[in-house]
Amino acid sequence: MTDIITESEEAGFASDLTQSNTLGESVQAYISRVRGGDMGALPSVFGLVVLFIVFGFANDRFLSNLNMANLITQAGPIIILAMALVPVLLLGEIDLSAGVAGGVAACVMGVLMVEHDQPWGLAVLAALATGAVIGIVIGLIVAKLGIPSFVVTLAFFLGLQGVTLKLIGEGGSVRINQEVIAGIANNNMSVAAGWILAVAVIAAYAVLALLRHRRKVERGLQHQPFAVVVAQIVALGLVTLGVAFVLNQDRSVNPTFPIKGIPYVLPMIVVLLILWTFALGRTTWGRHVYAVGGNPEAARRAGISVDRIRISVFMACSTMAALSLIVQASVSGKVSSSSGAGNALLYAVGAAVIGGTSLFGGKGKARDAVTGGLVIATIANGLGLLNQASWINFVVTGGVLLLAASVDAISRRRRSATGI
Amino acid sequence: MLSSHPPSRTMHPPERLTMSESTPLLALRGINKSFGVAHVLHDVDLAIYPGQVTALVGDNGAGKSTLVKCLAGIYPIDTGEYIFDGKPVSVHGPKDAGALGIEVVYQDLALCENLDIVENMFLGREKKSGIVLDETTTESKAREALTSLSVRTVKSVRQSVASLSGGQRQTVAIAKSVLWNSRVVLLDEPTAALGVAQTRQVLDLVRRLADSGVGVLLISHNLTDVFEVADRITALYLGRVAADVATKDVTSRQVVELITTGHSSDLDGAAAPSTTA
Ligand SMILES: Nc1ncnc2c1ncn2[C@@H]1O[C@H](COP(=O)(O)OP(=O)(O)OP(=O)(O)O)[C@@H](O)[C@H]1O
Ligand SMILES: [Mg+2]
Repeated sequence: MTDIITESEEAGFASDLTQSNTLGESVQAYISRVRGGDMGALPSVFGLVVLFIVFGFANDRFLSNLNMANLITQAGPIIILAMALVPVLLLGEIDLSAGVAGGVAACVMGVLMVEHDQPWGLAVLAALATGAVIGIVIGLIVAKLGIPSFVVTLAFFLGLQGVTLKLIGEGGSVRINQEVIAGIANNNMSVAAGWILAVAVIAAYAVLALLRHRRKVERGLQHQPFAVVVAQIVALGLVTLGVAFVLNQDRSVNPTFPIKGIPYVLPMIVVLLILWTFALGRTTWGRHVYAVGGNPEAARRAGISVDRIRISVFMACSTMAALSLIVQASVSGKVSSSSGAGNALLYAVGAAVIGGTSLFGGKGKARDAVTGGLVIATIANGLGLLNQASWINFVVTGGVLLLAASVDAISRRRRSATGI
Repeated sequence: MLSSHPPSRTMHPPERLTMSESTPLLALRGINKSFGVAHVLHDVDLAIYPGQVTALVGDNGAGKSTLVKCLAGIYPIDTGEYIFDGKPVSVHGPKDAGALGIEVVYQDLALCENLDIVENMFLGREKKSGIVLDETTTESKAREALTSLSVRTVKSVRQSVASLSGGQRQTVAIAKSVLWNSRVVLLDEPTAALGVAQTRQVLDLVRRLADSGVGVLLISHNLTDVFEVADRITALYLGRVAADVATKDVTSRQVVELITTGHSSDLDGAAAPSTTA
C-alpha cells in the first residue's frame, strides 16, 4: 500500500508540527489547555499547597517531621486503593466493593498467619489471589451479563462485608505483629539507603526522559521543548530530595531513641506508580483500556476484546485493593471486621478524581492516585490534629469529593466545548 | 427472487481487465439479516472485484450500512454465503475481517475521542517492540498516510481526535484504512462531511486504491461521484438488490429510478434482475 501513499502529488500535511516550540510558547499552550478544561495535576497540587498553608498555621505540629512521616504512612493505603480504582474509572465504571474486597483479602492473610501459622509470603499470596478471584467474578458479571458495575459492586460491597464477619467473627479483629507486614508502615530504611534511593530515582528518571527526548528529535517525531523536559526533571528532583530530606531527619519525641529514615511504604508506592504508569501508558493492554473507556464500540470494531479488557481491569483493581488493605493492616496493626468498609472507598475515589482521573471514563493517570491521595490524607491528618469531632471529618471529606466531581464534570464540559 | 451472478457470467467486465481479474475477490450470496422482527437484508448478492470500484447505492434505510457491517463481522449474518477469494469463509468478528485484508471506514466513523490521531489509526493493531508500544514507527507511518491524503488543517498527529472537525475525523478514518496492506476496502459514505478539495482527494484515493488491485466498495448518495469513480453499481432497494450493473451501461436517471422505485423500466433485463419475482 505504500506505493499509493507515496503517489500523492504533494506533501500536503505541511502544517504538522514536530519541531519543539520555545519554552514561552509551550507555557502558553499549557495555560490554554488548563483554560480549556484539561487541568491535569493542577487542582491536586494547588489543593495540597493550600492545605499545607492552612493546617501549618492552624496547628504547629502539622509541619513537624513526625507528622510528615505519619502523613505518608496514612496516605499509603489510600493511594494504593486509588491506584486500584484508576483503571476502573478509565473504563467509565466504578468498583464500590474495592475496599471491602481488600478487607476480605487482608482477613484471609491475617487468619492464615495468626490462626494457621502460615508464613507471611504464603499469606500475602493467598490474599492477592483472593482479591484476584473476587475481581474476576465482578468483571465476568459486569462484562457478560451487562449489569451496570455500580449495581454489581454495590451488591458485593454488602455481601463481602458478610464474608469478613464470617472469617473474623462479630466485632473481632486479628492482630498483625508479623515483622515484615507490620514493618511496611512501621520500619524505616536506613538514612544512607534513603538517600541512595532518592538519587537513583532522580537519575533513572532523568536518563529515561533525556533518552526519549533525543530519540524523538532524531526521528523527527512530535516532542516537547528541551527546556520543558529539563524543568520536569528538576521539579521531580527537588520534590524527591525534599521528601527524602524531611524523612531522614530525626522525628522522635524521645531524644534517646532517634527515629529517622524513609518508611518502607514509600518505596512501595514508588514501585507501584512506575508499574502502573508503564502498564497504562506503554503497553497494548493500557492503550486498550483507554480505548474502551473512550468509545467501546470503536474499540470493538478495532478488534479489541472489550469483555476481556473489562474483566482484566476489575481483576487488577481487586488485587491492588488487597495490597492496599494489607498496607492498612500494617498501619493499624490489625485486621478487623470493618477493614475496608466505612469511608475507605470514598477516600480512594475522591483521591483519584481530585488527582485528575475523570469519572466519565477515558481520562486519567496512575500518578493522579498519588497526588489526590496526598490531598485526602492531608485533610484527614490535619483535621485529626485539630481534634475535630469526627462528624466534621466526614462532612469535609464528602464535600471535597463532591467538589472534585464537580470540577471533573465542568472541565469535561469545557473540554468538549473547546475540543481538547 | 434474484438471478444469481456467478462470477464467470459477469455481464460487463471492463475491457482492460483480464479474465482472472473478473472473478470477485469478495462475494455474498443470498445474505439475510434481521434485527428482531425487522428483516433488513433480503437474499442480498454482492460482488467486489479486484481492481474495481463497486458503488453501493440506495435510499436512506435501504440497508447499505447494515450490509457493510455484516461484511466487517460487526453483525453476524443470519443466512447466506460469504465467499472470499473463491472460498467460503466465516467472519465472526472484526478481527476475522481484518485477517482477510478487509478494511472498513464506517459511516459513524467510530473513533476514540480521548486518543490522539496516531493512537486511533493503530488501534487494535499496535506495533510493539518487546512488550512496549513502538511509538516511533507508528507516528511516522501515520504521518505518511495522512500526508498522502493532503490533510492540511490538522496541526499535529498527536492531536486528540476530540479536537478534530467532522471532515478531519473522516480523513483520519480513511487514512487508517490506507495504512494496512488491505485487499478490500469498504467505504461507507466517506465524503459525506468533506469539503470540495478533500472530496477530490478521497475520490482520487479511491481510484488509486482500485488501480493498485484493491477491491473497493464505495457507498455514496452523490451520483456524480459514483459515476466518476465506480466501475460497477449495485443498487439496494428496501434491503433487496435492485440491480448490479456496469457503470457505463446505465444513466444517472436509471440509477435514480432504481434507488427510488427498485426497478428501471428501460434497463435491459440481463443487467437489471427483477425485484418483484
Ligand atoms: N442495530 C439495529 N437494530 C435494529 N434495526 C436496525 C439496526 N441497524 C439498522 N437497522 C435498520 O435497518 C435498516 C437499514 O439501515 P442502514 O443503516 O443499513 O441503512 P443505510 O442504507 O445505511 O441508510 P443511510 O443512507 O441513511 O446511511 C433501517 O430501517 C434501520 O432502522
Ligand atoms: Mg448508512
